[in-house]
Amino acid sequence: MKVKGKVFKYPDNVDTDVIIPARYLNTSDADELARHCMEDIDKDFVKKVKAGDVIVAGWNFGCGSSREHAPLVIKTCKTGCVIAKSFARIFYRNAINIGLPILECPEAAEEISFGDEVSVDFDSGVITDMTTGKTYRAAAFPPFIQNIISSGGLLASLKKHSS
Amino acid sequence: MGMTMTQKILAAHAGLEAVTVGQLIVAKLDMVLGNDITTPVAINEFQKAGFTQVFDKDKVSIVLDHFVPNKDIKAAEQSKQCRKFACENCISHFYDVGKMGIEHALLPEQGIVTAGDCVIGADSHTCTYGALGAFSTGVGSTDMAAGLSAGVAWFKVPSAIKFELEGKLPANCSGKDLILTIIGMIGVDGALYKSMEFTGGGVKNLSMDDRLCICNMAIEAGAKNGIFPVDEVTLSYLEGRSERQPVIYAADEDAEYERVIKIDLSEITPTVSIPHLPENTRKAEELGDVKIDQVVIGSCTNGRMEDMQAAYRVLKGRKIAEGVRCIIIPATMKIYRECIEKGYITAFIDAGAVVSTPTCGPCLGGYMGILAEGEKCIATTNRNFVGRMGHVKSEVYLASPFTAAASALTGYITYPSEELL
Repeated sequence: MKVKGKVFKYPDNVDTDVIIPARYLNTSDADELARHCMEDIDKDFVKKVKAGDVIVAGWNFGCGSSREHAPLVIKTCKTGCVIAKSFARIFYRNAINIGLPILECPEAAEEISFGDEVSVDFDSGVITDMTTGKTYRAAAFPPFIQNIISSGGLLASLKKHSS
Repeated sequence: MGMTMTQKILAAHAGLEAVTVGQLIVAKLDMVLGNDITTPVAINEFQKAGFTQVFDKDKVSIVLDHFVPNKDIKAAEQSKQCRKFACENCISHFYDVGKMGIEHALLPEQGIVTAGDCVIGADSHTCTYGALGAFSTGVGSTDMAAGLSAGVAWFKVPSAIKFELEGKLPANCSGKDLILTIIGMIGVDGALYKSMEFTGGGVKNLSMDDRLCICNMAIEAGAKNGIFPVDEVTLSYLEGRSERQPVIYAADEDAEYERVIKIDLSEITPTVSIPHLPENTRKAEELGDVKIDQVVIGSCTNGRMEDMQAAYRVLKGRKIAEGVRCIIIPATMKIYRECIEKGYITAFIDAGAVVSTPTCGPCLGGYMGILAEGEKCIATTNRNFVGRMGHVKSEVYLASPFTAAASALTGYITYPSEELL
């Protein structure tokens, strides 16, 4: 699987409160929630994001609350993937569990700039910044997690194993 | 090689003799928890995957606490969905208005979680129960749904940071000042994916409410869990309370730690985290020119009886400064009632505060104390992120109940001097 798109760049410690503020959590409707994606850090994100675009951020992306609504709104906005220097652990689990592609790659996250065109090949983990011509390789997922992803999420993999 | 306390609990729940750092395991769960925000998403996923029944009706807790009493129609619908699911599945630990409390104050208080447990909760502050000597961690709604259906969760065995605590906290400090100091020291991702294991001779001097507060904020350092050894304080807290027999695990002598941090509790001072990260810690005494509009004393971090008592000691017979809104929220109905019986609530109202029934409310900017543009609040809550309690240009300062109450009296962030207590 591959995605290609423009980069939205954010700093370290992007927390789940700015990804989806709690004032909107009185619903679990993904489309309604997605209208507020990144609202408290970047009001223009939902207006500008196009299918396949890529969020690039610093250390500890998705810190704070356990709200799965955070990866859900990013996915619902059709964001191609999130590349960060590191992810907060609950966000990491949630992204895997719901099928939002995420990649840990400190070098790429440092060097790629806002507005660059990037392509990401999930099979090889290769990230290409088409604007600068540089390529990066993200760390591969352990087989256990690859299995969750290839099954289509945690519950699907659980069903597969129980049957 | 020896195992840490966390590793031992995980090994036992995975049916393994031993586990090593980085190993991926599937562990049996003693409790699966959700609240009125995360449970609806979990129910949707549970049903979408074709599951019809929870794995064990006695090992599931659903607590309506974030937006109850219902803040609006949409929140009411979410609570209704939880209520229906709990009823259909005969969930024994379902807590609605009148019985509820903030989940992480309620579950330990009611004896629903105990020493040696392996617990997941679809709420990041589920790490609180490490205070009881349990492995307990926050997850998302899909993990909760998986837990509900199968009673298991996958974990990557964490490495650990050991905190060796010695001595005793000063009288005007509490567990909150200690955990804020630690987060300031190691940063908001200083314990990312790791356990924070608290040990040392100073542990015996920390009350259970202090320990619950300390483990509660382990997540604010990025940790997977925080955990205390089981000692006499733990056992006397659990006695007559635990539904299940506590199981005591202790770290091996030769357990490996990534890092050991020694802390002399007597050197802790009243500490405040300034906007917009919990790691931005300062001494309370350095912030005397920060003028505040609101004070919140409550939350899963500091809404317990000792926190109410701290607020009472400072506010009793005194007046809250003109122009300051002080909101006090006892975390459970039991605490609320005890505050009434002890005369705390009368004292709070006489001082000029407002007292709410239990809710997470303002902590996450839900309701009951939302901030306007440019307003500042000192709160005993756990996060001071951008927009956390309201407007994106409002500010939250995190502090202990002593510091928050002292600040309510002056209208500025105030060092809680011993004469005030």
